[in-house]
Amino acid sequence: MTQSSAPDSVGLVTPFTVQFDEPLRLASGRTLETYELVVETYGSLNANKSNAVLICHALSGDHHAAGFHSEGDRKPGWWDGYIGPGKPIDTDKFFVVSLNNLGGCSGSTGPRSINPATGSPWGADFPKLRVRDWVHSQARLADSLGIDQWAAVIGGSLGGMQAMRWALEYPDRLRHCIVIASAMKLSAQNIAFNETARQAILKDPEFYHGDYQSHDTYPKNGLAIARMIGHITYLSDDVMGEKFGRELRTGSFDQGLEDLVEFQVESYLRYQGDTFSKNFDANTYILMTRALDYFDLAREYGDDASVAFRRAQCDFYVASFSTDWRFPVERSREIVDALIDAQKNVSYTEVESPYGHDAFLLPNEHYREAFSRYLARIETE
Amino acid sequence: MRFDFNQLQNWIGEKSRVLDLACGDGTLLKLLADSKQVSGYGLEIDPAQIQTCISRGVNVINQNLDRGLSNFEDNSFDTVVMTQALQTMRYPHIVLDEMLRVGKECIITFPNFGHWKARFHLAVRGRMPVSDLLPYEWYDTPNIHFCTFTDFEILCREKHISVLHRRVVNEQSAQMLGDLAPNFFGETAIYHLAK
Repeated sequence: MTQSSAPDSVGLVTPFTVQFDEPLRLASGRTLETYELVVETYGSLNANKSNAVLICHALSGDHHAAGFHSEGDRKPGWWDGYIGPGKPIDTDKFFVVSLNNLGGCSGSTGPRSINPATGSPWGADFPKLRVRDWVHSQARLADSLGIDQWAAVIGGSLGGMQAMRWALEYPDRLRHCIVIASAMKLSAQNIAFNETARQAILKDPEFYHGDYQSHDTYPKNGLAIARMIGHITYLSDDVMGEKFGRELRTGSFDQGLEDLVEFQVESYLRYQGDTFSKNFDANTYILMTRALDYFDLAREYGDDASVAFRRAQCDFYVASFSTDWRFPVERSREIVDALIDAQKNVSYTEVESPYGHDAFLLPNEHYREAFSRYLARIETE
Repeated sequence: MRFDFNQLQNWIGEKSRVLDLACGDGTLLKLLADSKQVSGYGLEIDPAQIQTCISRGVNVINQNLDRGLSNFEDNSFDTVVMTQALQTMRYPHIVLDEMLRVGKECIITFPNFGHWKARFHLAVRGRMPVSDLLPYEWYDTPNIHFCTFTDFEILCREKHISVLHRRVVNEQSAQMLGDLAPNFFGETAIYHLAK
């Protein structure tokens, strides 16, 4: 049996593109006259269109959240562990919509796309985006799919920020908001990591101020280092220790040898960086990390998150992971406290996991069970 | 229905805001939501219990009470409830203070360690009490701070806490004896307190 024919897989999926011709006014003041979003859907929309669920992706995610693009695909979509028949986001019950966000590099309009005004790629001139711009474009997508109200908007990390922004921008268009391993705003340390990653890209001589496409190159090294930095922060100290320890890949510490010694962790990180830099766009990486940094849920609500959440009409489910130090449990507790203060319905699970921030993508019994049960309840409403 | 829930329901107002500490599987909050349209949250740390709460549609927050309630504002709930968990707290007296800070009123139920069976175990057999209600051995029990009704009354007096109501409940049969000599025959105490 191939992976794609497993009973709990959505199987083979085909992305499609939705074209939008109505101009989108952005938070930056600029306007995108036209744009495209590439989308995948799993499951089917019921007759009264009440079972649609929106998946919001994180920094390096895209529309391919579940299933396989071809029989030969080695890896399924990025959240395949949690989306499929009988899985927490059960495609036998829900119509799941997953898109590549605006500014992305997997098919939706972004820095790699042609700017119709100039006829050449946008590059670094692509408008700077904020989380709310994604939310507004996702609302247009909902319109085009005939979905007035989502049963749930779900996201992890940067995706959780989108889900929360949905609850404030379109309070009557979602019944549940599911926020996983996220935060209402990044800490200084978090911004610092993002800035270090960006500088690696910006200082790469192949970056050409973001105009690398017209020079027929890309900042391979900068992007790889950016990913390495990110990757370190998504794992926990324990997991790295367990996975690599101080194992050597080459060389030895024998006296009298001057050969280069390479630790396994070095080669692993370089591999991760290299693979990523081949598949991802540097301008998109800069755009996405900036959107992360700029996000501050309560900024326009007098910096009071409970005032912000009072606008929301939906119920909330929040989850965090014990060893996540990029989006630590404290950040999720702040969300929960603000929701309680705003007298919203909320359930919160703090999941024990050794896997750091990445835990939200990985198998975990308690997380899976709590998440499943929350969604099962939505479905019976 | 658990016999302490039956009683404490009477002390909770319609549509009030309730915080249930160590809410277990959410039975009480579900009951109060159905019978009194109470809006509430339960705090719990056990994964299986949390999952049951979620299935029931009870708002459950994964929070360890030993961490305190500092994330809750003063008087932000009408009633803070804790059933059969006071004896498991590391600092029961501080939990009590916190409950009365966060809630306008609070309701606490706990097992009476002065019950005659417990006294019998200790006095005659020289063993720590083990019963249907308290089925643990001394070394593996989560119940680390037992008190008797009298002990609890003294604590309330020292802290100038007003006792609005007190009830002793027993499993059916011994209710009369419990009313007669609570600290000797009462199994479970239910206290309704205010600052």
